[in-house]
Amino acid sequence: MCLAIPGKVIDIDSKTNHATVDYGDGTKRKVNVSLVDAKVGKYVLVHAGFAIEVLDKKEAQETLNLFREMLSAGEDD
Amino acid sequence: MFSLKDKILAEEIVSKIKKEKVNLKFMHVCGTHQDTLVKNGLDSLLKKCGIEIGQGPGCPVCVTTPKEIEEMLVLARSGKIVTSFGDMMNVPGEHESLRSIKAEGNDVRTVYGIEDSVNIAKENPDREVVFMAVGFETTAPTTAAVMKSDLPDNFSILCCHRTIPEALKAIIEMGEVKLDGLIEPGHVSTIIGTKPYEFLSKDYSVPQVVTGFEPIDILMSCWMLVKQIKSKKSQVENEYKRAVHKDGNTKAKKILDEVFEPCNVKWRGFPVIANSGLTLKSKYEKYDARIKFKDLLSDIQEKEFHEPEGCRCGELLRGLVTPLECPLFGQACTPETPVGPCMVSIEGSCNIEYRYSEK
Repeated sequence: MCLAIPGKVIDIDSKTNHATVDYGDGTKRKVNVSLVDAKVGKYVLVHAGFAIEVLDKKEAQETLNLFREMLSAGEDD
Repeated sequence: MFSLKDKILAEEIVSKIKKEKVNLKFMHVCGTHQDTLVKNGLDSLLKKCGIEIGQGPGCPVCVTTPKEIEEMLVLARSGKIVTSFGDMMNVPGEHESLRSIKAEGNDVRTVYGIEDSVNIAKENPDREVVFMAVGFETTAPTTAAVMKSDLPDNFSILCCHRTIPEALKAIIEMGEVKLDGLIEPGHVSTIIGTKPYEFLSKDYSVPQVVTGFEPIDILMSCWMLVKQIKSKKSQVENEYKRAVHKDGNTKAKKILDEVFEPCNVKWRGFPVIANSGLTLKSKYEKYDARIKFKDLLSDIQEKEFHEPEGCRCGELLRGLVTPLECPLFGQACTPETPVGPCMVSIEGSCNIEYRYSEK
């Protein structure tokens, strides 16, 4: 139920608050973006036809490095 | 880019956990977490590391009560178009499900989201259309956003939204299950942030980690919980920073506050949990099916509903048993012939166990 899928915002219709989101597998869908500050080119998490959050690309790219750092920090304990 | 994979790192995390020689029981409350755990064999891998993880009440469809399903059945049988998420269709009320009464000729329609249901109402102005609004904080803002839009008069919702932190508090206070740490649901947390969990660590000394949905997220989250336990800490940590901010989605939270207020509600397998439900504020009562169709639904309010005989979904949702401990599992209860909701929903523990187990 709480499944949410990331996709890239392709265009936004500000009148209807709907955006076209590309899921990267050839699937595109109209999504309601009234719950987020969506911008073209940003990635959003989509749930039940709504974007529920804008994803942090930088944070995603750094996540694995952060994990590695946390693991090695554990060794000093 | 948002799909994180690193086999070497995953193995390193597992070996770190193993070295700690723990014997712990964690709970998560999300079907997607359960899917990641079982699909990737993490549940058995972590068990070998001394960590047992159970699902708890983390499936909105599973915790919806027979009474709420019966309310929808009554509305459908009175000639209304009733709509809900596909996962809800096969969940049995006391005897029937939305799907089984559709076969009797009632107008029951599966929708992807609430906006589809509103469109059905617009296309059928001479019919009443009711949407069964189930879901946790992830889904509730989608209902709230629609409530604030320009809605047709023939549209209403049967509100069954529930909130996670209050249910977690109930589980802890019931004290039935050993709980060494909580793996908090990533997508609920995109909305509510990390703060609403803090009282659980403060008041009940439970370590918590808000967690994403890749296998490596869950492994890392387990490691973070182990670290907290080893250092005798109990706090809320955020492993899923690429999607979850401390304050959550403030825009969505504001809309939730404008449209809903907390209410006491029963969860399947649980007694009534204080302030764990959401109900429409009086400003929106025009769209509240329980008020709009009060006369039709009044008989149900007094009625007692029973769980299917032999079904252990209640205990499963409270984290007391695993699917394999239910005598009906895989025998009388399968996804084709489900007895309880946890076998129906693709996010239910029993359904997940059945799908990925060697048959």
